[in-house]
Amino acid sequence: MSVSVRIPTILRTYTGGESEVTASGATLADVIDDLESNHAGIKARVLDDNGRLRRFVNVYVGNEDVRFLDDLATPTPDGTQVSVIPAVAGGC
Amino acid sequence: MSAVVAEQASTPGTPGTTDSTSGTPRLREGAFGNATSLACRECGHEVALGPHYACPECFGPLEIAYDFPAVTREEIEAGPANIWRYKALLPVPTDIETSPNMEPGFTRLLKADNLGRTLGIDNLWVKDDSTNPTNSFKDRVVACALSAAREFGSKVFACPSTGNLANAVAAAGARAGIKTVVFIPSNLEQPKQVNSAVYTDSLVAVNGNYDDVNKLASEIAGEEDGWAFVNVNVRPYYAEGSKTLGYEIAEQLGWRLPDQVVIPVASGSQLTKVHKAFQELIKLGLVEEKPYKVYGAQATGCSPVSVAYKDGVDAIRPVKPDTIAKSLAIGNPADGIYVLDICRETGGAIEDISDDEVREAIVLLARTEGIFTETAGGTTVGVLKKLVETGQLDTSLETVVINTGHGLKTLDAVSGSVGPVATIDPSYAAFVATGLA
Repeated sequence: MSVSVRIPTILRTYTGGESEVTASGATLADVIDDLESNHAGIKARVLDDNGRLRRFVNVYVGNEDVRFLDDLATPTPDGTQVSVIPAVAGGC
Repeated sequence: MSAVVAEQASTPGTPGTTDSTSGTPRLREGAFGNATSLACRECGHEVALGPHYACPECFGPLEIAYDFPAVTREEIEAGPANIWRYKALLPVPTDIETSPNMEPGFTRLLKADNLGRTLGIDNLWVKDDSTNPTNSFKDRVVACALSAAREFGSKVFACPSTGNLANAVAAAGARAGIKTVVFIPSNLEQPKQVNSAVYTDSLVAVNGNYDDVNKLASEIAGEEDGWAFVNVNVRPYYAEGSKTLGYEIAEQLGWRLPDQVVIPVASGSQLTKVHKAFQELIKLGLVEEKPYKVYGAQATGCSPVSVAYKDGVDAIRPVKPDTIAKSLAIGNPADGIYVLDICRETGGAIEDISDDEVREAIVLLARTEGIFTETAGGTTVGVLKKLVETGQLDTSLETVVINTGHGLKTLDAVSGSVGPVATIDPSYAAFVATGLA
């Protein structure tokens, strides 16, 4: 499964400045592993020491936050857009 | 604390120009007052002052670190009757008053004896931020964000917003002569849309909820150079503006802290910053140290922080919002975990109420104190009432409740439940027949 991954500014040091890269994997966990194999260091920025998504990073498969889906087990069908975005706040 | 990251270091220079080797903006001397760096609230990692908002190590939120000088009450009191009286405690230059801005702040702190009697609270105050220039507390944070955008030489001033922020950004941008582009959910209350569109020709309605709009803004901020999204890439500066609510409450009480304060929670930023303000005032010796309780208010239709508080857990499960309190409708609150910490540590609580209770509270505040609040304020007053009824709030202690914005922006919330008590012919007899004589 080939997917496109949007990379936030603070992780572009790992992708040679690229804002979007391709990766493969049947699930988000697989995609992150594949990203790590091509862009060493990126996995430790996105996942914590327990292998879970860091609290302040939001990952979207398509337009849906994976926390509303199956988290790291969320399927990533061929052609899916994956977006990694720092959590930001608005409102009060 | 680690050393300030070299690759993000900025050097003094002409605002708006960019260092050719680092790609970061050159800053003029003193551009951010007594601010020294940005520090990650999670891991302590530091980066140099710049348009950065997420920690490159752990994605945690970056916050302003300061080296505060000695500040006296007299120096503050000699300042202007707006937030710039606290400029020594904000990431703004000493000449901030010379730049066109909306001059928000120093809003009224009203003794609310009528509401207090109704609720059974001995000593109650309302901090009424509906009297800011665009009728919400957002003018405070936007003023600080505008200063940062100006110092970074930004070409576009932008935000994703649930309404109040869009109003404030559009107005402040107009006054400052900087292009604004504001993004809102397309189902936003019509008055809030008009209140933005009147100031800018670049209001963009997005099909989705606030979290969708926020995601879009984050992506644009990562792609477009020269865009200052007030609550995204200049968020550390923006958020500091909420501290002025805490400073003002203390100063207006005669330089002392209240015993209890009730604050609405959307992302949780305002609550954390009011607490930060109280702590800074203690640290600087401007008020006496004392215990105080912080309470958070949410609408049940979007209450992930209240749910986590009641469940006794530290993790906040995001939700899909469904409430009339749209300015509180943030399903994935970035500062939620800090709200939990603060409310628990200070002995406060977090509570939520239904939309019907929000409507009732709007009318209650209006009919007891003559203050017409928006749905977020209704949520806060309604939660105050519930905290009393459930015994979670000590009614003998001095309490401040924050009203974030004006009810004219969310008129629809109550327009169906209030109106003429009677429609009569213009005769005295008809009036007497109403029973109001």
